[in-house]
Amino acid sequence: MNKIQLALTVNGRDHEVWAQPSATLLDVLHDELGLADVRYGCGEGLCGTCTVLLDGEPVNGCLTLAVQAVGCQVTTMRGLLGPDDALHPLQECFLRRGASQCGFCTPGMVLTSLDLVRRHREQGRERPSREEIRYALVGNLCRCTGYTKILDAVEEYADQAARQ
Amino acid sequence: MVAPAFDYVAAGGYDEAVRLLASGGDDAKILAGGQSLMPMLNLRLARPELLIDINPADKRPPSVAGGVLRLPALTRHRVLLEHDLVRKHCPLFADAVRHVGNVRVRNRGTIGGSLAHADPTSEIGSCALALGASVVARGPGGERVIPAEELFAGYWTTALDVAEVITDVLIPVARPRQGWSFHEMVRRTSDFAIVAVAAVVELDESATAVVSARVALAGVADRVTLADAGLIGAGLVGGVGDEDVDAAAGRIAGRLEPPDDVHASAAYRRRLVRVLTARALREAVARAAAAGAGA
Repeated sequence: MNKIQLALTVNGRDHEVWAQPSATLLDVLHDELGLADVRYGCGEGLCGTCTVLLDGEPVNGCLTLAVQAVGCQVTTMRGLLGPDDALHPLQECFLRRGASQCGFCTPGMVLTSLDLVRRHREQGRERPSREEIRYALVGNLCRCTGYTKILDAVEEYADQAARQ
Repeated sequence: MVAPAFDYVAAGGYDEAVRLLASGGDDAKILAGGQSLMPMLNLRLARPELLIDINPADKRPPSVAGGVLRLPALTRHRVLLEHDLVRKHCPLFADAVRHVGNVRVRNRGTIGGSLAHADPTSEIGSCALALGASVVARGPGGERVIPAEELFAGYWTTALDVAEVITDVLIPVARPRQGWSFHEMVRRTSDFAIVAVAAVVELDESATAVVSARVALAGVADRVTLADAGLIGAGLVGGVGDEDVDAAAGRIAGRLEPPDDVHASAAYRRRLVRVLTARALREAVARAAAAGAGA
């Protein structure tokens, strides 16, 4: 198949890339744009390591075609960084709580949790409970931490966010 | 694994999608949410030459008219969970979709895509059966309405013709004195159901007898299936006591020949059907009684 030219907006920057029509968003972000924080895990939408935000909503990078992201805002974890690559407060919580060991699952965990906390705030609900966080993260696999510290980190961030 | 290369075209409307599908034949596939099709491509279980993306074809929200809830085929699972019209008129869907995939799958996955995929463990398929839903299919010769009972033809197979596309799902809105329930057994949350049961029950005006009861099962055959109405009704009409419910659930489970595979034995699946069906019928009857009392 011939490659096609795609105009993608990723982490607030415009990119033009040549890709096969069958290329997934994961392929293009990782291989063409060099975003190492979007990762191939299972290719089936189960593990969450390729999570990106498409117009603010978590989606599977491995199950979305790059061409489908044209005209959308794509956000990877790197897009959360502040000036001078300052860590996002949720990333700070992950560090403080030891919620990131090998780090492979961390971008997916961070983006999914952030969406959950933001959604609760926008809907005027209480911050998500530990059980609600567990449910939201069921599709993000971690083979290191045993999840406890990840839940601790997200709860700490949710408390912080609720105070603001 | 990586999907074999294919070509891609975005369809601006359903008619264009039908035209492309008619000329592409077996080598073309419709891409809706992509949460089942894309894994099949990545695992090379399917290798179409052309994907026809219908996502640009339709932006309609759910709507209600004439006692029917109309869900456009591209309605995402998240919308089923959160939309006021779905929660009010079809609470069964809003509840059952919690069990579908994970947050990313629910953000992209669609009701039309799920029904067309026809997975035999489908939560959405079994709910469609229990609710007496039907789909609107558009093909080269125009539109036709297919009841859910006639849609599922076997493992990952539907009654849709090769050039037909589902455009809408039609669901009778919940009536007074109608109750519903959904139960499933999984090893881990978000797994495919080992067995799932969707029940919809309607009581008479005195709220003591069952007028109609529909029980749909997933994970027990090569497709989602509706339990024979006679098996439920015979015992329940005139009484909704625990013994009647248990007897009905036992009759339904006794008739099944569920698959025996690595996930569960046939005997375990049959037992799950008996336990979960009884639980679902009891809950549906209780909800129907409460709904009738509130009306």
